[in-house]
Amino acid sequence: MSIKSSFQSVMAATGLHNRSWFPALAVGVSLLKSLFIGAYHSTDFEVHRNWLAVTYSLPVSRWYHENTSEWTLDYPPLFAWFEFGLSQVAQHFDGNMLLVENLNYSSPSTVLFQRLSVIITDLVFMYATRECCRCVQDQKGSQDILNQPPFILAVLLLWNFGLLIVDHIHFQYNGFLFGFLLLSVAKHLQSQHLQGALLFSILLNLKHIYLYVAPAYGVYLLRSYCFTQDHTDGSIRWSSFSLVRLLALGGIVASVCALSFGPFIIMGQLPQVLSRLFPFKRGLCHAYWAPNVWALYNVLDKGLATLGESPPPSSVTWSLRRSFPEPAVASIWRRPRGARGFLRCLLLCALGSFLFGWHVHEKAILIAILPLSFLAVESREDAGIFLVLTTTGHYSLFPLLFTPPEFLIKVVLMLLFTIYSVTALRKLHRPLEVMYLLGLVSVAIACEVVFPLSPWQQKLPFLPLLVTSVYCSVGVCYSFLHLYITLLRQHKKPKQP
Amino acid sequence: MPTWSLVSICVLLCIVVRWGVSLNSYSGAGKPPMFGDYEAQRHWQEVTYNLPPQEWYFNTTDNDLNYWGLDYPPLTAYHSWICAYIAKTINPDWVELHKSRGYESPSHKLFMRATVLVADLLIYIPAVVLYCLYLTDGSSKKKVSTLLCFLLYPGLILIDYGHFQYNGVSQGFALWGVLALGLGWDVSGSMAFSLALNYKQMELYHALPFFCYLLGKCVKLGLMGKGLFLLVRIAVTVLVTFALCWLPFLSDPHQALQVVRRIFPVARGLFEDKVANAWCSLNTLIKIRSILSSESQLQFSFACTLLAVLPSSIRLLIKPNFWQFKLALVNSSLAFFLFSYQVHEKSILLAALPACLLLNDLPLVVIWFLQASTFSMLPLFLKDGLLAPYTVTSLAFLLLSIYLLSALEHCSEEELRLGAYRKLFFCLPKMDLACIVRWKFYVSVAAMAGLSIVSVVLVPPPHLPDLFPVLVSATAFLHFLGTFIYFNVVQFSRPLSKKSQKKNN
Repeated sequence: MSIKSSFQSVMAATGLHNRSWFPALAVGVSLLKSLFIGAYHSTDFEVHRNWLAVTYSLPVSRWYHENTSEWTLDYPPLFAWFEFGLSQVAQHFDGNMLLVENLNYSSPSTVLFQRLSVIITDLVFMYATRECCRCVQDQKGSQDILNQPPFILAVLLLWNFGLLIVDHIHFQYNGFLFGFLLLSVAKHLQSQHLQGALLFSILLNLKHIYLYVAPAYGVYLLRSYCFTQDHTDGSIRWSSFSLVRLLALGGIVASVCALSFGPFIIMGQLPQVLSRLFPFKRGLCHAYWAPNVWALYNVLDKGLATLGESPPPSSVTWSLRRSFPEPAVASIWRRPRGARGFLRCLLLCALGSFLFGWHVHEKAILIAILPLSFLAVESREDAGIFLVLTTTGHYSLFPLLFTPPEFLIKVVLMLLFTIYSVTALRKLHRPLEVMYLLGLVSVAIACEVVFPLSPWQQKLPFLPLLVTSVYCSVGVCYSFLHLYITLLRQHKKPKQP
Repeated sequence: MPTWSLVSICVLLCIVVRWGVSLNSYSGAGKPPMFGDYEAQRHWQEVTYNLPPQEWYFNTTDNDLNYWGLDYPPLTAYHSWICAYIAKTINPDWVELHKSRGYESPSHKLFMRATVLVADLLIYIPAVVLYCLYLTDGSSKKKVSTLLCFLLYPGLILIDYGHFQYNGVSQGFALWGVLALGLGWDVSGSMAFSLALNYKQMELYHALPFFCYLLGKCVKLGLMGKGLFLLVRIAVTVLVTFALCWLPFLSDPHQALQVVRRIFPVARGLFEDKVANAWCSLNTLIKIRSILSSESQLQFSFACTLLAVLPSSIRLLIKPNFWQFKLALVNSSLAFFLFSYQVHEKSILLAALPACLLLNDLPLVVIWFLQASTFSMLPLFLKDGLLAPYTVTSLAFLLLSIYLLSALEHCSEEELRLGAYRKLFFCLPKMDLACIVRWKFYVSVAAMAGLSIVSVVLVPPPHLPDLFPVLVSATAFLHFLGTFIYFNVVQFSRPLSKKSQKKNN
């Protein structure tokens, strides 16, 4: 009852009647995305075309066995069904893209269809953004829309630089997937935990990379949903455990997984599906170096190469990745600080696995950046971390677009987003952070402009990538530690009455 | 948020949009033997780099004027020459004499697109930013909104970054002229406008208002004192600017005459292709070109243009203030577009520029006109393969400008300056004129959208191959004629009182 009334007061405070700016922002960014239809696209374009063809022209039993193309289906079954749904529309654009043997097929109507499918499925993301904006309090007293946290949040999410270039130039469906993640976060913020859990289990069955943040979900739901009451000091009251709630949660998660994996279990293909989902054959670092601890390690390794050092086995990275979020997860178990504490924990899980994970994509940084936008518009301290993390994280995405015509687009979009976030949040106070970001600018100029003209270009072609990933990993590590400290410090503070 | 960040966000956004459009095709891509405007600009670089200025405008063995001969004033030629120098250092093949004809490659396209963007960044965009910040009324948010709409006008973006031309340069110089006149720096303004004229002769569309405004101002100051002094200073500035631009061609009167002959090709006929002006539209009913000799066509069109442009010019001469000046710019350029000799469909951009100046004052009508002007170039865009950017930028401009300038809310009869119509047609029954205007706007947008879709989707009947281009140009002509009459009426009606203007802001 009290939750409901406080939620209603939030709704009233945010002034939902005056939201005409939201469609304007959404339509504006959609039109901008449509301008990039003819731009460069990576091999991911062919990956998804192949999946369209596989799901359209083969029976379900062949989906995870098909290997004509090197880009085999390696997402969970719900995503395959999503591609199946898309392929039903695709046949009206160009039937030839749905032939499995038509490798690297990219007719204009194929490009148009695939690009439009990303733009249109982004509607999920837009809806999720809208729901998130409803959970943010309006600033009292300020009449200017531009200074209202919901507006800032909407811009930070809808016009996110990373999503724009990864989805709409490089080509992927992250917007659609993040829509589910943000929607589920928003549902938790609105205290609709079952819906949140449902959305998250759907998300896990769309793309399993979100397993990174599953610990936060598991612990939070168990602690704050299955236990209905706390002691006055915030510690757990074991007697308040609600079996009904646990069963409801379990039922939702189990039924979504059953729906997704059930058919494959019945067909006896589960091992095959899992071997596609978790290929442990790839290397520690991805082709581009994600700015994480292993980038720092690699530099060290290159230096120690003469001493015969070898990279750590995957078991080490697994244990590291699993052990790092533990204090965070434990902290929300001991004293849950509502949905915002959960969000912070989710961020730490995402960042932790990004920093210590095995075979990490630089794109995975978006899992941390997007939810952090939410905290950034609400608190001063988080805004500072957000600025450091987004700037470094987004800059580390630069190598994704390496074709000359797209150079200007990535630079200008990045500037656009950075200038907006810095002036809208106005929270960059620490001189160290300012110095670091200015340093990033000089690194960028050195790597993108000076280096290609210098004589080292031939001798050390990997140097810019190396410098960039090392410099960025420092920023990401800093944000991670800073976020961790804020979480633990809050933990130590005496509870406010 | 501080204004500087809003302005820089707008500018960056418009750069991204421009560059996004430039990823698309250009005119004459892969269409030998003549290609299109892209090849024309490249060819000018080739000619200006390899030949001495004395040969630029002459037909020689090294300079075949029938193959995209230089037919713009000297400043364009100098610009090509500078671009050619940069091109030479990057890749000499791009400007090699004779051998580089029809040269096309992705990196060359990138270079050419970049030259347009650099010119825009240096000339056009700063002028727009300064104009919107210093010469429009309202809060800083309102100014920034106007700036964004101004910079996102799709017609100019599509022609410069899609089709390929350097209209941003001449329009930018003209805008610098307007800006300087608005700030009271008449001498620098006339210099900027002279540069515009020396870049593209089409800027003559704007010349009469500049002339009348400055002359009117001098007369007002008193032709025997300060006014005369100002007039002399302006005249000297203009003459010196022209002389400097024409310096290599002044040594020999024969040279200068040849340049003039190249710039004003009278022999090319009353109109080409399908233009949304009076002659082409009249041509669907009466075949003027077969009735009149080309000599009398020229005289007839000259007389009509003069008649159309006189009222607004005389009004400006009598009342030389900035508001009248802006209106006269629209009226004069529209009159030239509608009635003058040898008009291109792209020349509507010259009317669009002064219309953009009025975005803040008369949002609905201006947005409507700008949309129609983009629409009028649809056949050209379809020919160049620019359908996608046309759709995206037009939609973006329409929705954003109506939203940002709240065009549909600010349209009472008073704000639309419709009072004069009440006086003209006093027998008019008691109707809400503003409401009628709004409905006309909806219907016209629907018609433009419908015609755009029809031109793309349907195949014209075999005996009428030009059906859709003619329909497009006729529709656009009606819009332009309506806008022309409307702006003339506004120019002759009394300006809004200060009080009601404040209320609007």
